[in-house]
Amino acid sequence: MKLNYRIVIFALAIVFGIVFSLPSLLQTQSGKKITLGLDLQGGLHMLLGVKTEEATKSRIKSMAASIKHFADRNDILIDGLTFDDKSVTFEVLDSDDIKTFDTFLSKIEGVKVTDKNSVITLTLTPKEIKKTKKQAVSQAIETIRNRLDQFGLSEPIVARQGKDKILVELAGIKTPQEEQRARKLISRAAKLEMMAVDEARNARVYNMSDADAVAYGDVILEDVKNPKIKYLVHEIPILDGGMLTGANVGFDRNNRPVINFKLNAEGADIFGDFTGKNVGKRLAVVLDGKVYSAPNINERIGGGSGQISGNYTVLEAKDLAIALRSGALLAPIFMMEKRSVGPSLGADSIKASMIALIGGFVLVIAFMMVYYRMAGLIANIALIANLLLLLAVMSLFGATLTLPGMAGIVLTVGMAVDANVIITERIRELIYEGKSMHKAVEDGYSNAMTAILDANITTLIASVVLYVYGTGAIKGFAITMSIGILASMLTAILGTHGIYQMLESKMSKSKNYRFWFGIKG
Amino acid sequence: MEFFKYKQPLGFMGKSKIAMAISIILVLASYAILATKGLNYGIDFAGGTIVQVKYEKKAPIEAMREKLKGNKLFDSATITKFGSPQEVIIRMKTASASVSKDIGDVTRAALKGTGNFKVRRVDIVGPKVGSELKEKGLMALFLSVAAILIYVAFRFEWRFAVASIVALIHDVSIAMGAVSLFQIDVNLDVLAAILTLLGYSLNDTIIVFDRIREGITKSKKANLTEIINESITRTLARTTLTSLTTFFVVFTLFMFGGEIIHAFAFTLLVGIIVGTYSSVFIASPLLLLFGFDVKGYHTKLAEKAKREAEKNRMREQFESGVM
Repeated sequence: MKLNYRIVIFALAIVFGIVFSLPSLLQTQSGKKITLGLDLQGGLHMLLGVKTEEATKSRIKSMAASIKHFADRNDILIDGLTFDDKSVTFEVLDSDDIKTFDTFLSKIEGVKVTDKNSVITLTLTPKEIKKTKKQAVSQAIETIRNRLDQFGLSEPIVARQGKDKILVELAGIKTPQEEQRARKLISRAAKLEMMAVDEARNARVYNMSDADAVAYGDVILEDVKNPKIKYLVHEIPILDGGMLTGANVGFDRNNRPVINFKLNAEGADIFGDFTGKNVGKRLAVVLDGKVYSAPNINERIGGGSGQISGNYTVLEAKDLAIALRSGALLAPIFMMEKRSVGPSLGADSIKASMIALIGGFVLVIAFMMVYYRMAGLIANIALIANLLLLLAVMSLFGATLTLPGMAGIVLTVGMAVDANVIITERIRELIYEGKSMHKAVEDGYSNAMTAILDANITTLIASVVLYVYGTGAIKGFAITMSIGILASMLTAILGTHGIYQMLESKMSKSKNYRFWFGIKG
Repeated sequence: MEFFKYKQPLGFMGKSKIAMAISIILVLASYAILATKGLNYGIDFAGGTIVQVKYEKKAPIEAMREKLKGNKLFDSATITKFGSPQEVIIRMKTASASVSKDIGDVTRAALKGTGNFKVRRVDIVGPKVGSELKEKGLMALFLSVAAILIYVAFRFEWRFAVASIVALIHDVSIAMGAVSLFQIDVNLDVLAAILTLLGYSLNDTIIVFDRIREGITKSKKANLTEIINESITRTLARTTLTSLTTFFVVFTLFMFGGEIIHAFAFTLLVGIIVGTYSSVFIASPLLLLFGFDVKGYHTKLAEKAKREAEKNRMREQFESGVM
C-alpha cells in the first residue's frame, strides 16, 4: 500500500465530513448544525404586504390633529378643518393670526403650503408620500420584530423581501392556538387614540348615518364590549399612541386585567390642557377604532397616565401591552402568502423522506457491489464520503434542510455514482482491449474526465438557476443538489482514483478481473 | 456481472426512423392532452388555499361536505383524499388576505362534530404572489435552457447544442403531457422536477455526445452513422446503469417519500425514462439529420492543429531569437 496525494486529500475530506456533520447527525448541544426547514420541523411562514396608502392617510390625520391643537392653544380661531388622502385644508378667521400660523406650518416637513384668502391648504409632496410609504414598510418590519421578540419564540425571522413585502418565519409553533396568538399580535394595529365625545350631538347618534357624522367632522364608533352602544366623537383625535412611553398589565378593583399606560411630556401636556378645558364632558379611549371606555372628565388630569379596561384575559392583556409598547403599525398589513405546517406533519415528512433515502441508498449500494465488485465497493465508499461532505458543508454554512432538499439528497445518491459508473465502464473497455489493470485504471480516469465534467457542469447550471429563481423550500433542493454535485467531483473522481493508486501493488499482482471489476477479462 | 458486452456495434441508427415516429406521436399526443385537459395549476401558481386535515379514523368526506356547504368561505371548496384514507385536502380558489382571521381556524370550527381531527397544514397563496411565482418559474426554465445551450455550443458545436435542446424539449413536452394526463397539481415542486430533468436528460445526452466527439476526432472513419452506432453501444452500459440507479432512488421517493413529494417524484420518474430514451434515440439521430459533416470537421481540426503548430513554431523561433 502506498500513499499518494489523492488519497491524502480524500482522507482529509472524510475527516472534515465526519467532524462537521457529527453535530447535525448526533444533535449535539454545541457546534454548527443544519437547521430544519419549516416544512420539516413545523412552523409558520408568512409573506405580508403593507397597505402603504393608509400610512399617508394617518400622516395627514395626525397633521390635522396638531394644527387643531396649535390653534386651540394659541386662541386662534379656525374653521372648516377638513382633510382628504393627501391634504389638509382650514380657514384662519382672523387674518392677523396668519403670521403666527405660518411660523408653525413652516416647521412641518414635506408639505406644500398654499394660502388663498386665509384658506390654507397643506399638501404632501410626491416625494414625501413616497418617503412615508417606504417608512411605513420599515416601521412595520421594526414593529413586528419588536412584538415577536417579546412573544417568547426562539429566533423569529422578520425580513424585508423585495420592495414592500415582509417575510415572517416562526419555527417551533406547536399549536393552532399559539399560531393564532402570534398572528393576532403581529397584525394588531395597536393604534391608541384619545377622542373627545361630541356631547352636543351624541344624543342623536343612533339616528345618524356615517355621512351625517362626517359632515359635522365627527365619526361614529362602536363600544368594544357591546357593538350596539355607539359614540359620536370628533374625528380628529386629541392625541394618539405615538406619544406613549410605556404600557403594562395591571389589575383593577375587581381583579380584572387592565393596561396602564404612560404618555411622554408632550402627550401629558396636551392631555392636561384638554381635560382642564373640558370638565364635565366625556373622553373616549379608542383602540383600533373601538371605544374601550368613555369616562366623564371630573377635573384636569395631569401626569399623563391612563388606563385601558376591556374584557380580556391576562394573556390577551399581555399581548396588547406588547403591541402598545412596540408602537402602532403606521399602515395595516395583509396576508400575501402563508404556509403553516403542524409539527406532526413535519415529523411524518422527515420519516417518509428518511425511508426513501435509506431505501434508495441501500438499493444503489447493493447494486454497485453486485455489479462491479471491488470497483463498486470503492464507489460506495466515495458515495458515503459524498453524503458526509454534503452534510458537513450544510452544517458549516448553517443551511436549511427542507423537504425538497431531502429529495435533492436522495437524488444525489442516485446521480453521484454516475461518475464511477462512467469510469468503471471505461476501465472495463480498456481491459478488454488488453491493457493491464494499472494502465486501464489510469487511462480510464483520463478518458472519462471530460464527459464527467461536462455532464456535471450542465446539471450544476440548472441547479444554480433554480437557486437564484426558486423560492422558499425549492431553494433547499437547489442547495443540496449543487453541494452534492460539487462534493461528488471530489469524492467520486479524486477519492476513488486515490484508492486505486493506493491498492496498485495488490492490483498489479492479481489477475482476478472478476474480483476487481466484476468481469471475466 | 455484466449485461452489456457487445463485440459489434448495435444498429441504433437503423432504428432511428421508428424511434422518431414514436417520439413525434408521443410529443403530439402530449400537446393534444395539454390542449384539451390543460395543466392543473396548484396554488403556488394559481393562488388559492389548501387545508390539510387528518382524522383519527377514516375521513368522513361526505359529512365534511355537508358541514362546509352553505358557508360562503367554502363555496369553491373541493375535498379530496390525500395519501392515506384518514387524510384529506380541502382546496379553495380563494385566498384570504386577513392576518388575524385564519381559514385554518374557520375550518376547525366548521368541521366540529365530524370526528377527531387535526388541521396539519394551511397554505395560502395570494393572487399577486401566485403570478410572481409563475413569472419567476418561467424565467428559471428559460434561463437554464439558454445557459445550457450556450455551454454545449461552446464545448461542442452548434449542431450538438441544437440537437440536445430538441431532445430536451422532447423530454419536457412528454413529461408535461404525463402531468396533464394524470391531472397532477402543478406547483413549485413540479417546476423543480422539470428543471432537474433538464439537467439530468442533458447529462445523459452529453455522455453520448462526448463519445461521438471522441469517435469523430480519433477514428479515421468518415461515416457518422457508424461512429454514432459505436459510441452509443459503448456508452449503453453507463446510460442504462446510471438511469437505473437514479430510477431506484426516485422510485423509492415515489413509493415511500410521502404524499407531499409525490408530484415531484412522479414528474421525475417519467422524465428519467424519457430522458434516457431520448439521449439514445433522439439526440444522436438529430446530428445525422442536421448533416453534421465529419470530413469538414476533420479538415477543421487539422487546420486548427496546423495553426497551433505554426504558432508554436513562431513562438519557438521568437524565443530562440531568430526573428
